[in-house]
Amino acid sequence: MIRSEVLKTLIPVISDTLTICNIGLPSQEMHMLDDQPTNFYMLGTMGLASSIGLGVALAQKEKVFVIDGDGSVLTNLGTLPTIANNVADNFVLLIVDNGSYGSTGDQPTYAGKKTSLTEVARACGCENVIECSAEETADVVKEALAGDKMTVIVSKCESGNVKVPVITMDPVVIRDRFMKVIEARNA
Amino acid sequence: MSVNDKIVTDFVNNGISFVTTVPCKQLGGVIEKVEAHPDIYHIPSNKEDEGMGLCAGAYMGGKRPAIIMQNTAIGVTINTLVTLTQYYRMPLPMLISYRGELGEPVACQAEMAVHTKGLLNQLNIPTYHFHEESDVEELDKILAYTFMCNKPVAILTDASFWKGY
Repeated sequence: MIRSEVLKTLIPVISDTLTICNIGLPSQEMHMLDDQPTNFYMLGTMGLASSIGLGVALAQKEKVFVIDGDGSVLTNLGTLPTIANNVADNFVLLIVDNGSYGSTGDQPTYAGKKTSLTEVARACGCENVIECSAEETADVVKEALAGDKMTVIVSKCESGNVKVPVITMDPVVIRDRFMKVIEARNA
Repeated sequence: MSVNDKIVTDFVNNGISFVTTVPCKQLGGVIEKVEAHPDIYHIPSNKEDEGMGLCAGAYMGGKRPAIIMQNTAIGVTINTLVTLTQYYRMPLPMLISYRGELGEPVACQAEMAVHTKGLLNQLNIPTYHFHEESDVEELDKILAYTFMCNKPVAILTDASFWKGY
């Protein structure tokens, strides 16, 4: 299974959950598959999906789900110690680990070679780290979102992409509708 | 009231409750006050762009954020400031130690100091420069201005303001 297939299996599980979608294809795929005001699409800023998600989780009560990638986490590796040391039990980070920089042409990442992001996350102090196959991902995410424990999930999937249109929605619109959902749900 | 107490009091009076920091010797005192304040969630960052991501999230989650960092961080965060904070129109007060100015003992700091205002200017970031201790009196208004206009705003604080370090 490639990332877009994993995301397809996730839709019924996360459709109504506050979801931070990583830059590039993950955002574009989520936008194409299931555009929701609960989705925050990153139109730029490689690496910061997990940081944005942790900020949202620490600031309010609703569950926050982040669709990140191995390349993106490697870009912002300092995020894992910050996550580990600022426990938010409403925070679930999914690292879709296809061992490649998918949005730029599938160049290999070090996570597809010797580096295990699962072990890195554990070494950083993250207490609840689950590595699973692409096929298992939807069930693992469902269980994590149903629980009350900060969770990092590393989903090992295949490299590869489908054609998806770019997002033309204005960033302020994306941000505004996302904030309105959060405000309503925390009222 | 000490300068550090005044800064943190102004933060809290302007509703700021989420502060991320990357340390600098000049900022040590204010970071201690941030850590100690019961109304502020202090989350140290490993890098300033990471901190800006946290602040963006906290803002969308309903909290008013701020970042405390050194001017060298301008070099680290340009992409984040432009494609996240500015592109999505989010407010972010940035309390910045302006290293490399008069009184600076470390020569390398002058290298970034000469670019600091030029870069902020190029990014259209409203910039205030605290040189005299009394300049801190403007902080309250600067913070209100930041959350009024939804922009990142820079407050440069030099060695004279901190009376050396």
